[in-house]
Formats: sequence, C-alpha cells, structure tokens
Amino acid sequence: MSVKRKKGVAPYLVLVGLIFMALVWLFPLYIAFINSFKPEQEFIQNGVLALPHHWDVSKFGKFWSEVDFSKKLLNSAQVSLCVALIGVVLSFLTAYAIGIGRVKGRTWILGFFMVAFTIPQEALIYPLYSISKTFNLYDNIWSIIIIFGVMSTGFGTYLLSSVMSTFPEELLEAARVDGASPWRVLRSIVLPLLRPTLFVLATMFFIFTWNEFLIPLVMLPSNNNQTVTLAMAVTTGQYTSDPTARAAAALIGFMPSVIFFLIFQRTLMRGITLGAVK
Amino acid sequence: MSTKLTQTKQYYWFAVPGVLTFGTLVGGSFAYNIFLSFNDWQGIGKPEWVGLANYQHLIHDRVFWISFLHAFEFIFAMSLAPTAIGLIIAALIYDFIAKHFGNVVSTFLRISLYVPQIIALPVVGILWAWMLSPNVGVINTILRKIGLDKFALNWLGQSSTAMFALSIMMIWIQIGYTIVIFISGMSRLDPYLDEAAQLDGATWFERFRIVTIPQLYPEISVVLLTTTVAALKVFGPVYVMTNGGPGDATQVPAYFSYFHFFSTLKVGYGASIATVLAMILTVLAIGLLKFQRKMGVLR
Repeated sequence: MSVKRKKGVAPYLVLVGLIFMALVWLFPLYIAFINSFKPEQEFIQNGVLALPHHWDVSKFGKFWSEVDFSKKLLNSAQVSLCVALIGVVLSFLTAYAIGIGRVKGRTWILGFFMVAFTIPQEALIYPLYSISKTFNLYDNIWSIIIIFGVMSTGFGTYLLSSVMSTFPEELLEAARVDGASPWRVLRSIVLPLLRPTLFVLATMFFIFTWNEFLIPLVMLPSNNNQTVTLAMAVTTGQYTSDPTARAAAALIGFMPSVIFFLIFQRTLMRGITLGAVK
Repeated sequence: MSTKLTQTKQYYWFAVPGVLTFGTLVGGSFAYNIFLSFNDWQGIGKPEWVGLANYQHLIHDRVFWISFLHAFEFIFAMSLAPTAIGLIIAALIYDFIAKHFGNVVSTFLRISLYVPQIIALPVVGILWAWMLSPNVGVINTILRKIGLDKFALNWLGQSSTAMFALSIMMIWIQIGYTIVIFISGMSRLDPYLDEAAQLDGATWFERFRIVTIPQLYPEISVVLLTTTVAALKVFGPVYVMTNGGPGDATQVPAYFSYFHFFSTLKVGYGASIATVLAMILTVLAIGLLKFQRKMGVLR
C-alpha cells in the first residue's frame, strides 16, 4: 500500500532541475552535432553556438574516406563479436563448474579470477607485446581477439558464477536422479534457462571491447588493422586546424556506440545492474 | 553417494579451458612483467638482471609520486564525487520523478545521464579537448558570453587548470554509472521502512540519509570499488588530451609506464611502475572486499 501524497511544488522543482541537468549532460553531443554540419566559413563568422544555415554533410564523407572508416568499423565489429563469443563460452564453462558443479576449491578459483581482474592492462601489455611478436601475431587483429576473449573471462566468470549459484536446485537434482551427465545438464537445463543472461553478458563484452584502447594501440600499429576507437585517437590530431572537421570526426566516432546503446539499452542496463548486485 | 562424488569431479573439466587460458595469459604475463621489473632491458637483446634497482630509482623519481598523486585526485573525480552526487540524483529520480511523472520521464533522465558512459574514453577525450580549446571552444565561448571572461582560460594548456578540466570531464562521464546502479538498488528496497519514517514526520532528506543510504551499502561499496579501480587505471583521456602534460601536470601511473615502455624504451622501469600500480589495485580491491564482508554487505 503506498501512501498517497499530494504533489505540491517540490516534484516540479526537482523535475525542472533534473531536466536542466540532463540537457547539460547532452549538450556536448548536441554541440558536436550542430558543428559537424556547419560550413567552416559559418563557424568563423557565427561561432560555435550558432545553428548552421546550410547543413553541410561533406565533412563526414571526407573524414570517412580519409581514415577508411568502413574498414575500421569492420575491424571493430569482427573483434567485438569474436570476443563476445569466446568470452561468453569460456566464462559459461568455468562458471558452470563453480556455480553448478560446486567443485572443491571454487572459492579459490573465483578469488583468482577476481584478483587477476584488478590487474591493470599496463602490467600485462609489455609481455603481451613481446610474446605476440614471438608468435607472429603482432599487428594481427587475432592477437587482440584472443587477449580480450580470455581477459573477459575474469568478469564473466564472476558474474555467471553468482547467477548460477542461485539456480533452482530441484531442477538439477531431478536431472541427476535421472542419470543425466554434467554435460547433458549443461545442454538441456542450464544453457536454455541462462540464454537471456548470456546474451546480456555478450552485449556487455561487445561494447567493452569496442571501447578498448591501450592494447589495440600497442598491438595494431598498421592503419589497416585499427579499430574505430584506436583510429579516432590516433587520427584526430590531424584536424586541429579545422574545428568543424574535428566535430564531425568526434560525431562519427561516437555514433556507433550511441546507436548500439539505444538499440540494446534495456539489455545493457540489466547487465550493469546484474554485475553490481549479485 | 559415489555417483555424486564422481560427478563433482567431472565438473572440474568445465573449468579447465577458462582457468588454463586465463592463467597463462593474465597470470603468465603478469609474472613476466614482474620479472622484467628486476631487469634492465631495451626490448631487444637479453634482459640484464639488476635486482631492485628499478624500484630504488622509482622511490626517488619525482614524476612517479606526482603520477600517483594525480591518480588519487582522480579517485575524487571518478569515484567519490560521482557516488555522492549519484546517490542524491538517483533518490530524486526514484522518489519524485518516477512516482509523479511516470517512467518515460525517468527513463529519459537516466539515459541522458548515462550516455557519456557508453562512448569510448579516447573519443570522449577528443570531444572534450575540442570543447575546451581556448579560443573557439564552446566552453570558453559560453564563459565569455555570460561575462566570465577572466575564467576563459587555456584549460588544458596550463598546469594549474589541466587536472581540474580533466576532473570535470570525469564527473560528466561517471555520474550515469552510479545513478543507474543506485536506482536499481532502490527498487529492491522495502518501501515500508520509508513510509514508516514518513508517517513519523521525517523529511525527505532525513529519510534519504537514515533509511535509504544504509540499505544501499551493497551498491555503494560495489560502485566505490569499481570506480576507484577505474580511476587508478586512467589512460585513454590522458593519451589523447594532454600526453601527461603540460610538464607533468596530468601525468598518471598508466601513462607513465606506457611512456617508459614505448618512448624511452626503459622496459624494466616501466614494468616496475606497472607492478606497483597492480599491487596497489590488488591490495585496495582485497581490502574493500574484506571491508564489505565485515560490514555484512556480501551475502
């Protein structure tokens, strides 16, 4: 039973305040948006705040072809998809042993994953760099697919283990009494029930990987192998002279993430809160 | 009985691929990094064992200390401030907006405040560097428009303001994360407590402080842990916005070790910085987890 309340002025004040705050938060995106369509001449005359009179789309095409953005998009999509797949499979199997199998020493295994999860990439990057050279994987996007696929297992195992530890025991017992092997239990009971959670996890891995920077920066020096995030960081320096071109570059850089987020908003929100409150 | 036991053993096989690959890649690389930190190495030829020399050098390196000081300043901008502000905003959205104006408005607010979170940090850095540019940048344009000309500074170009500018950007980035976590935490709370306090005549802020916050300790501790770890790892924005400068004004441990790995080619020295950073993060994470357990937060 919720207590009925009179509205009063307070909610309206809060509403106005928060909407103002939301607009301030969206302002950087808005300002990048209008300036990326603004002809350079108008920018010089009317400044950064004015709306464009002529909406000029030429800067996008120019930036797109100069950095070969299609190629970067493909690279990023390939890396992120493969990482999401590898990460989910590895995390799922490990978490299955911990959360459902309740193997001995599971706290230690989980503790190991969690501690290793806090190790910063800086403390791994040089070894990864020199090892990838030995294995001829340097400047090859498969190097970062393997690295991120395996590294995601830290967070993934932690998340899935806690989800699986609350799995309904009766279901598992019933299957075991029927003589189902662990592999069968996994395939016919746990996997179908956890599919939505695995999708949430895959979505998170996808976006995390898309945004990764340090490891691609070190591992993928050649232009052709760069990801979107990396290409953004290393090419925009060339555009310092023309502010509207920089706005267009920034807009192209964050559009894929924003579109992806708007499509998968619910899924992502579920994942973020799932990770926090186990 | 015995089938159960053999079954438990069979389950070990499922952990093998994950533990093996993760152990080799992360554990192995970290061990190699620690090994390198005891060596003098240019990245080619043979590493030369120097014992603790790198660490001794580190203690006397002014920039090393400055970089950690900055990392701790980022804890304020990325962890403490967003947690405090996020709690208040989340409570306002949950108590006032969702109840009186419905889900559409509250979802709009949540999404708008969350958007900075999904953009890659280097891209955010590019966007902000552009907004902060001294002459034509939007921030200084607005400051001049409202008569605050003397605050229209070269934000990233001078040591005295560069950290401040980065910190403001970090708050802009981080708040969405804390709000989303806290709102979802609030939805699991028992409304009865809040109503009882309300009937007793407690004001909104009293209820927020005495009823809501203590119940949110699990979320608060998770948020503090993850954001503190993120603050100590800052790299991308520094790389694209300031390169650690001007001077060492925005130097951070992650960038400092990268710099030694790939610019000065003092690989052993870079490895020692990264090792210290990793140690601090691990100790911090274990400490916070222990603290959570002591507070009865981890169920």
